[in-house]
Amino acid sequence: MKTLLSLSAMALLGLTVQAAHAGTGADSYNLVEKGRYLAVVGDCTACHTVPGKAPFSGGVAIETPFGKLVGANITPDPDTGLGHWTFDDFQKVMSEGHSKGGKRLYGAMPFTAYTKVRKEDNLALWAYLQTIEPVNNPVETNQLPFPFNVRTSLIGWNMLNFTPGEFTPNAEKTPQWNRGAYLVEGLGHCGTCHTPKNLIGGDKNDQFLAGSNLQGWIAPDITANAHSGIGQWSNEEIVEYLKTGANRFDIASGPMAEAVENSTQHWTDEDLMAVAVYLKDGQPAAAAPQPVAADTPAMVAGKAIYADRCSACHVPNGEGVKNLFPKLAAAPLVNSTDPTSLIRVVLAGSRAGGTEAAPTGPAMPSFAWNLSDDNIADVLTYVRNTWGNAAPAVSVGEVSDLRGDLHP
Amino acid sequence: MAKKLPSTDVVVVGLGWAGSIIANELADTGLNVIGFERGPWRDTATDFNLASATDELRYNRRQELMLRTKQNTCTMRNKESETALPMRVWGSFHPGNGTGGAGNHWAGITFRFQPTEFRLHSYLTERYGKELPAELTLQDWGTTWEEMEPHYDAFERLAGVSGKAGNLNGTIVEGGNPFEGARSKEYPNPPTAQTYAPTLFAEAAKNLGYKPFPVPSALASRAYTNQLGVTMGPCTFCGFCTNYGCGNYSKASAIVNVLPALIRKPNFTAKTNSEVLKVTMDSTGTRATGIIYVDSSGQEWEQPAEIVVVAAFIFENVRLMLLSGVGEPYNPITNTGTTGRNYAYQTANSVKMFFNDKNFNPYIGGGAIGMGIDEFNNDNFDHSGLGFVGGGSTRVTPIGAAPIDSRPTPPGTPAWGAKWKKATVDNYLSTMSIGCEASSYSTRNNYLSLDPNYKDPHGRPLLRITFDFPENDLKMAQYVTNKVVEIAKTMNPREMVPAPRKGPWANTSYQSSHIVGGFIMGADPKNSSVNKHLQVWGVPNLFVVGSSAFPQNPGYNPTGTVGALAFKAADAIKRLYLQRPGEMISV
Repeated sequence: MKTLLSLSAMALLGLTVQAAHAGTGADSYNLVEKGRYLAVVGDCTACHTVPGKAPFSGGVAIETPFGKLVGANITPDPDTGLGHWTFDDFQKVMSEGHSKGGKRLYGAMPFTAYTKVRKEDNLALWAYLQTIEPVNNPVETNQLPFPFNVRTSLIGWNMLNFTPGEFTPNAEKTPQWNRGAYLVEGLGHCGTCHTPKNLIGGDKNDQFLAGSNLQGWIAPDITANAHSGIGQWSNEEIVEYLKTGANRFDIASGPMAEAVENSTQHWTDEDLMAVAVYLKDGQPAAAAPQPVAADTPAMVAGKAIYADRCSACHVPNGEGVKNLFPKLAAAPLVNSTDPTSLIRVVLAGSRAGGTEAAPTGPAMPSFAWNLSDDNIADVLTYVRNTWGNAAPAVSVGEVSDLRGDLHP
Repeated sequence: MAKKLPSTDVVVVGLGWAGSIIANELADTGLNVIGFERGPWRDTATDFNLASATDELRYNRRQELMLRTKQNTCTMRNKESETALPMRVWGSFHPGNGTGGAGNHWAGITFRFQPTEFRLHSYLTERYGKELPAELTLQDWGTTWEEMEPHYDAFERLAGVSGKAGNLNGTIVEGGNPFEGARSKEYPNPPTAQTYAPTLFAEAAKNLGYKPFPVPSALASRAYTNQLGVTMGPCTFCGFCTNYGCGNYSKASAIVNVLPALIRKPNFTAKTNSEVLKVTMDSTGTRATGIIYVDSSGQEWEQPAEIVVVAAFIFENVRLMLLSGVGEPYNPITNTGTTGRNYAYQTANSVKMFFNDKNFNPYIGGGAIGMGIDEFNNDNFDHSGLGFVGGGSTRVTPIGAAPIDSRPTPPGTPAWGAKWKKATVDNYLSTMSIGCEASSYSTRNNYLSLDPNYKDPHGRPLLRITFDFPENDLKMAQYVTNKVVEIAKTMNPREMVPAPRKGPWANTSYQSSHIVGGFIMGADPKNSSVNKHLQVWGVPNLFVVGSSAFPQNPGYNPTGTVGALAFKAADAIKRLYLQRPGEMISV
């Protein structure tokens, strides 16, 4: 019976792939290659491959504010993967967030973005996924506590947070802009991390890409806002950052380091430039807030701590060293209203990702053991309000709260 | 019994400077390369975390980066008639361990040797004839300056060396070292800034007519990205340098400058905590078949390979050759054999100066931040009638005066108590020292061999060092120290303490980790072990690379030449050996 089922699934698959090729006469090489690239663009591996384990065999735990979800096995294994799936099953996941059999998926599978992916691209992705080595690896994807583990709750969630439908190009913009929009809003799913979330974890779409707090990190504002966003970055500098993990402003660390290592460094230069053109377009530059006055006690103490503990790497004027030590002056993360990431890297340290172009993977050490909460609040207040930066002062309470969460 | 693994193209023993460079160059040709390292994987971000890297107790007193003598050590004696005893703590020198090797804790001073060094025996014989001291067994290297120069340049670019050319394509350049060989390119980075003591020394030297120059430094003077795409940060003069790993990516090392790029290559594998026990040979003894190593669980493995490159620290290079039966062991009585021959060291001299009216802020510094002169080095001065040859690099390089070990007190100060404390306070800021890192010339009686009595945990004999300072070098030490005293006097210190190197050689205090020879390069298989391509005579697929190849040691630090030899060997393998595997030179 099992064999029969598999055979029929294979037959269906054969039909589907053939349909995709109807009229071209080509073999599947080009389609699979396209799918492989798109799988990299979508960074499927981030949630579906445990480092060191077989590709796409699932098992990566994703911490959400509601509990733990685990990336599924998406290899063609008939028992524990997608072996019995058809392309239509896959298309439903991408476009509607419905798994095979109509089961609703949680938003950790970013179908709210993937719904924008064109069907022809999903066909390529699916063709590629069929070429993956099948791996028998059972994964319990839903490990949420009650009541979040009850999938019927997702009906309401989808009504509030999900607008299905393929990407529709903006006829007033260039093809390059539209390609960028398609990648950022769709398969690239940038908003999954960078768009602020509402109370039930849905995107606040009116603040698209304006920065969000997740897993104790800030995914910073990546809009064209010149103060808190990347308005001061040139298109080339955005491309350089996504290609190498570093540019003169910043070095990717935390979840973004993984995104660069697994995904964006492998994007084509044309796609990265399209992303840059799209990100830089249209956002009005917000008026920068007033910095905290340099003579307040926190700023005076912070200046001394910075000279002693920070300036050796980030250099006295906050300019940093390209590819090694991030620039603090005019950095979106530093000017972000929410100082979570800054507090986190000082308390727990952080390691940048290594890429072909910048292989070192330098690290920020933890200062939890020899800077007090007061010290950290002062030095971060100083960093956030010097060299042209301006952002709210960091309170001792914010530092001690995160210290309690992190146990650094 | 060793379990046999599938064969690979290349094994490289040791992942310090030499091994990492060769592994990287050969991996670039597409060969599958496995690098073996007896110590751990070391990485700046995890091992030399900036918040804890500046720990004098941990790194200087307790020598965290050095090989544990329980894992492997040497035995030592001064002469043939003595029974050697094992070094149970490191004193005279500091062998490193782990990826990066001794190139993690080095000072960063990166001289090139001079053109005459590579034909030293011929050159000195031509100049001094019968005057040359009979005890010396100096030799030519079998190579030339012209052959070495491109590889020096490659290493300087890899390590981001900061300095000032003194001889650019034959034109003497003001401000550089006029005694250096003609270089094809300027240093990749400008000299570092100087602190007060080197500045004062350079002024005094200049007033006496000498030509001071910035010491060539592998501590980067500015942010620098090398040919492998790896970035160094500018040196901060933090003062925790020699004996420490660098937390700022400023001090060049294999772990900063090579391994981040190398480890990404899919055809390179690093096996750490894996100690190579021997090189395996075929029944004819003319072909290396691979290596045997032991992992941290005690399991022995045989790794067959087409090419074997041995690039460990000098002691282990020579011991592996003796243990593997490569070459005939050197015998000083009969003056036969080559393995273990021409072992030499470095002759370290200094003059300490106490001032009343100076503040040197000595805690600011780095291992290679300083100014030097070369008028008394090697054969840069006429030795006629002096009764010795050789000389030293004279320089002031304050490495940073850390709180535990930097207690510069004048002679007569008690070793503890209130007077000692007061003398420390009085002198800490106002003391400086001029060093003279001088040559060490080989003799018939200084050599390396397997110890008959002491063994390592795997039951293999330890390496035995038989060494004492030759008469030639002791005379030289006194002479150059007197010259340094003349300079020091013009700086008007309150008090001076000249310390020319005296015999006998002992393990009681640190002198230098510049240890050379034992498996030397040359043009004749009768008195050398490797040819100018670092290829073992008679075993064409075996290469032994490192300071073990130096026939003697000039008055310079060795790392620049170790790096150049690594590039030289890799170049020969790529350009010649891979095209036509076999002896690249036939005699």
